[in-house]
Amino acid sequence: MSAILEIRDLRKVYDGGFEALKGVTLDIEEGEILALLGPNGAGKTTLISTLCGITEPTSGTATVAGYDIKTQYREARKLIGLVPQEINLEPFSYVETNLHFSRGIFGKPRDTAKVEEVLRKLALWEKRSNRVRELSGGMKRRVLIGKALAHEPRVLFLDEPTAGVDVSLRKEMWDVVAELKKQGVTIILTTHYIEEAEAMADRVAVIRGGEILMVEKTGDLMRRLGRKELTVELREPLAEIPAPLAEYDLELSADGLSLTYRYDTQADRTGIAGLMRAFSEAGIILRDLHTSQSSLEEIFVGLVEGEGEAQ
Amino acid sequence: MNLRAVQAIYMNEMQRFFRTILQSFVSPVISTSLYFVVFGAAIGSRIETVEGVSYGAFIVPGLIMLSVIMQSISNASFGIYFPKFTGTVFELLSAPINFLEIVIGFVGAAATKALFIGMVILGTAAVFIDLTILHPVAMVLFLVLTCLAFALLGFIIGIWAKNFEQLQLVPLLVVTPLVFLGGSFYSTEMLPPVWQTITHFNPVFYLISGFRWAFFGVADVAVGWSLLAVAIFFAICLGLVARIFQTGWRIRD
Repeated sequence: MSAILEIRDLRKVYDGGFEALKGVTLDIEEGEILALLGPNGAGKTTLISTLCGITEPTSGTATVAGYDIKTQYREARKLIGLVPQEINLEPFSYVETNLHFSRGIFGKPRDTAKVEEVLRKLALWEKRSNRVRELSGGMKRRVLIGKALAHEPRVLFLDEPTAGVDVSLRKEMWDVVAELKKQGVTIILTTHYIEEAEAMADRVAVIRGGEILMVEKTGDLMRRLGRKELTVELREPLAEIPAPLAEYDLELSADGLSLTYRYDTQADRTGIAGLMRAFSEAGIILRDLHTSQSSLEEIFVGLVEGEGEAQ
Repeated sequence: MNLRAVQAIYMNEMQRFFRTILQSFVSPVISTSLYFVVFGAAIGSRIETVEGVSYGAFIVPGLIMLSVIMQSISNASFGIYFPKFTGTVFELLSAPINFLEIVIGFVGAAATKALFIGMVILGTAAVFIDLTILHPVAMVLFLVLTCLAFALLGFIIGIWAKNFEQLQLVPLLVVTPLVFLGGSFYSTEMLPPVWQTITHFNPVFYLISGFRWAFFGVADVAVGWSLLAVAIFFAICLGLVARIFQTGWRIRD
């Protein structure tokens, strides 16, 4: 696979002097789903807006399939579809007309069959003659996706596609994205829902304060930063942690019936074998045990806090 | 040139017009009729002729100009302001089009609508009075240039406006006085000398004078000056739009 989007040292300083992007360099592979993960104000939307031509970059370059976004903006933008964070739709316009309009301003000839295909894919065909204001929130969001897809882009930007969306709709949105990926569309989505990145993305780019902190395969990131928790349930309650176990930094639950041990999956020695031996030596009888992997959310919080401490 | 985009914007704007075609058609017919009842019949019956033209006929060019200027401005300013207001402007900014194409689409549609309304007024007027147009080509030229120039001005206002109040402000406080004081309903020769001089600084005065010349062959100033004034006004608006395009003022961060 080759990079369809190449971002080099992209900077954006707003008029007020705020530096929203501090030299972002990033390659996005054709056909992948990349999640831009970061807290509010991290620069996610600024990055997307800059790539799509809504915001002028202060310096740096970016190319889409080799076309420079500034000097060859016509070629570059034809390949891009953007689904904005806000529901930006003209309330009195009709669903189908909206898609024809989007296709038109991207320079594509009118194609009723193509628009029908997009509308059907998004389950909007029945609503094609409705006015936008008559639709539910979820449908409006799908109209936005439909508009972005109407000109058959190769790269699709989804800015917070599920912000303020209920659980069933969020699932529905994930299915739409998965379907698009199957068709070979490269997708860049921003989110601060970690589970969204975890569920959908091939790679995750963590962005904070206008900088990309890291880009990694979702699984690798989980493994690399993932800490596991081993919870041991005991037959008999303990009043306090026995002396032989002190070196393991265990946490005793309030009822004294379970012990929690945290360890790093990437470490050479997890310490689990030693811990088990120590249990039997101390005569503690185990009733059950289970492990759990920290979610991407916890990983992310750990990462951001760690960075904060380092500064 | 992304002609499909220009067409898409133009047609999208025109669709809004077609959706409300009845209002677009009926309201100028009614207001024009009212003007004729009040100015033509009630007042006009006491004035008889101005510069050798019956007062009823004399006010027709001014009446058309008044509506066409207001319509051009409001259509174009609303046309570009509304996407800013609803947020759909993001799509125009992210599309493979340049500012010139956006301007042609919006301004072209606004001018078309104004032109249509100008024609409706002309038709309504013809019902009330005998109208002769001495220079039809010049008449159409003046009308089209006026529509385009003021649609450009409206576009600039729409870009500049940050809310609906500002959208109304310039037409209300600047354009309406200019149009009324530009000799829509009178010959400037009827004014005291001081006001005659002041009137010569009003660009709309030249428009109405030239437009009236196209109808009756009489004018307050030579028609060449009128054409020059329209051309200069058009050029200023075009220059401003080009400047906005270069700087991305109030549209692009």
